[in-house]
Amino acid sequence: MSASIINESAINQSTGSREQPPPGLVGPLAWLRTNLFGSWVSTAVTLALLYIIVRVLFSFVEWAFVNAIWHVPYSATGIAQTAVCQDAKGTGACWAVIADKYRLILFGRFPYDEQWRPAIVVVLFVALFALSTIKAVWRKGIDSPIVRYIAMSGAGLILLDNAAGLLDTIVEVGFGVHLPLPFGLLLLLNTIGKCALVFGLLLLWPAIGVWIGTLAFIGILMFGGILGLTAVPVDYWGGLPITLILATFGLAFAFPLAVLVALGRRSTQLPAVKMLCVVYVELIRGVPLISVLFMASVMFPLFMPPGINVDKLLRAQIAVILFAAAYLAEVVRGGLQALPKGQSEAADAMGLSYWQKTGFIILPQALRLVIPPLVNTFIGFFKDTSLVLIIGLFDLLTMGKVALSDPPWQSFSTEVYIALAVIYIVFCYGMSRYSRGLERELNSARGR
Amino acid sequence: MTGFGRWNTRSTVLAGLVAGCVLGGLAPAPAHADGSGSATLDAAIKRGQMLCGISGQVPGFSLADSQGVMRGLDADTCRAVAAAALGDAAKAKFVVTTTQNRFTALQSGEVDMLSRSTTWTLSREGNLGLMFAWVNYYDGTGFLVKKSAGVKAAKDMDGATICVQPGTSTELAINDFYRVHKMKFTPILIQDTPEIQAAFLSGRCDAYSTDASALATFRFSQGAKADDLVLLPDIISKEPLGVMVRKGDDKWFDIVRWTFAAMIVAEEKGITQANVDTFMTSTDPDIRRLLGLEGEMGKALGVDPKFAYHVIKAVGNLGEMWDRNITPMGVPRGINNIWTKGGLQYAPPMR
Repeated sequence: MSASIINESAINQSTGSREQPPPGLVGPLAWLRTNLFGSWVSTAVTLALLYIIVRVLFSFVEWAFVNAIWHVPYSATGIAQTAVCQDAKGTGACWAVIADKYRLILFGRFPYDEQWRPAIVVVLFVALFALSTIKAVWRKGIDSPIVRYIAMSGAGLILLDNAAGLLDTIVEVGFGVHLPLPFGLLLLLNTIGKCALVFGLLLLWPAIGVWIGTLAFIGILMFGGILGLTAVPVDYWGGLPITLILATFGLAFAFPLAVLVALGRRSTQLPAVKMLCVVYVELIRGVPLISVLFMASVMFPLFMPPGINVDKLLRAQIAVILFAAAYLAEVVRGGLQALPKGQSEAADAMGLSYWQKTGFIILPQALRLVIPPLVNTFIGFFKDTSLVLIIGLFDLLTMGKVALSDPPWQSFSTEVYIALAVIYIVFCYGMSRYSRGLERELNSARGR
Repeated sequence: MTGFGRWNTRSTVLAGLVAGCVLGGLAPAPAHADGSGSATLDAAIKRGQMLCGISGQVPGFSLADSQGVMRGLDADTCRAVAAAALGDAAKAKFVVTTTQNRFTALQSGEVDMLSRSTTWTLSREGNLGLMFAWVNYYDGTGFLVKKSAGVKAAKDMDGATICVQPGTSTELAINDFYRVHKMKFTPILIQDTPEIQAAFLSGRCDAYSTDASALATFRFSQGAKADDLVLLPDIISKEPLGVMVRKGDDKWFDIVRWTFAAMIVAEEKGITQANVDTFMTSTDPDIRRLLGLEGEMGKALGVDPKFAYHVIKAVGNLGEMWDRNITPMGVPRGINNIWTKGGLQYAPPMR
């Protein structure tokens, strides 16, 4: 009783009799005075830095906008006459190089008249990322036995066709004959299966359905060959779609794999699995990405019988997935180790199974702890995809270099690299902003 | 989704299974009793495409233009062979290869031929199971210096600093050259082409050394400032850039080699892309044999009798290929001319 009275009076004192601070101690002006003009040294440094910043900013604006050259004339044979740009070098930017080459840099050697397709693909990727940041999308959808049945039978139809196709290819390679199977019907069933799977997943987990559906549509747009679209082989892809495909597919597949590997590495009951995970992680971490890609591109084809060529992009994609998964697995393991043992013991005491415990208790807490390093790895891999250059795949950065190899434009690398940097910054900064938002939201419980 | 999903699962699983089959010795040798006698050509016909390995990054040889179309001497070489072998230059499919994976790509069948500014050397032909069908560009290591330096020949450059890309045949050639002439030089090793060019222009090195063709191109790209730079007359190494095929398919080798011969003969006779049709009524027996009007030249190679006509119609003669791709780079033709004009390109008779 007496304690509560004391408390109340304490509260009254601290809230009721609060006075406003004297004017001149709060507000932007006060902030400026304390932080920038506190003493004469501080004032001098502030003024000097201000001068430098303004000077640099002004000369950049002058170079990038005022004196910039946006167009150059072309000769009758279509060769750019860059003499204007050469004269302006040092005083003004030559954005004409971007005007001339932006489609080559963004879409590579994709057939010129069909470049609306990779353009839509880029928009789809961005839309997919933006949509995924909305929390409502990740809610569970309609979970009924019928929906589950639709999705499962869809997956079954796809598997049926793939199994038949695989069997037929093996027989063809081994004995040189085709199996008498109804391939037309199987393909039809496969298509129906895919539609059913996407539809089912869309109802079950809207987010996963949207992802699979969008990625499938992206595949159709890039490959073509159906729905009246011209087929475009992977060799003609390049630029931003390659970067986005490698990064998105790579991380989308690597993350689940990484969680499994991290769990496997901490497993106490399955020593063989644990050993396998340790060897996998240490082996992949022990070599640079460039050598994994190199193996995939130079050594792998030599092990294949003649005439069997696994697609170059697919080889690179698998190498990226395996590599990213090893790094992400260690990040996830860090999160697992940070959890107090009591969490797992409490779950055991509740009688939860291993997967219930992992799925509902351990992982949600562990992953939330490691959001910053996870996003760090994501951003790193988004940029690391440029290494596929060494196996002859031209991503965004390499297409920029190709554009710069054209003799008339050879000396305007600054402009091209600035343009590329802007694209990279937009994507990487987007990722880091999203992760900060996610962190704040998920950790709001801890601040309470 | 057809392409991705199916290819994904099928090819990866298949890869493992097939590798197992081969190790077990189960895979039978494919029979090629029927067809043209060239496994490579048969596969290309079946595929409807001739797979041609290129660099994709060298201006004048193979580089995508602003529309994404592959341009250059190497690219046109691919088109010429596709026109000869399949009758259609558009059936050349360009596969980008790197300096590291180019030979593997050809060995493993990822490409049918390699037209990728590759120097013809004994060790490459002897060790790799590959062979050179023809040389499409005779290059050599040269030096570019500033006019203000007053250097007239490579021998004047004792004690010079030279910008060079590490690990290239240029680096070896310069070392040999200076050792032979008992002179000293300081190499400045820079990997990236734009950086090495900037270093040279800013005066970090006295000379910039690489293939003479690349030096001429770089000098030309400087526009009005090109006159400040001098390409020294010394060519200190031989770099014949050749077109490679796999050993063991001699018929395919023949097709590639005689595609070049046909383009050279066409230049000798003044036959061009534009006027080739007017020669169809020619009475010159050489021209009649070239254009498939008499004799059975195409049949001997296992291709269309009018294969040379298709080549000329698609890319023109050897000189036109040069003029279209290399002349805009500001490189004089020199030893790359045909033999009647003082060059090295000499075609055996087509009879």
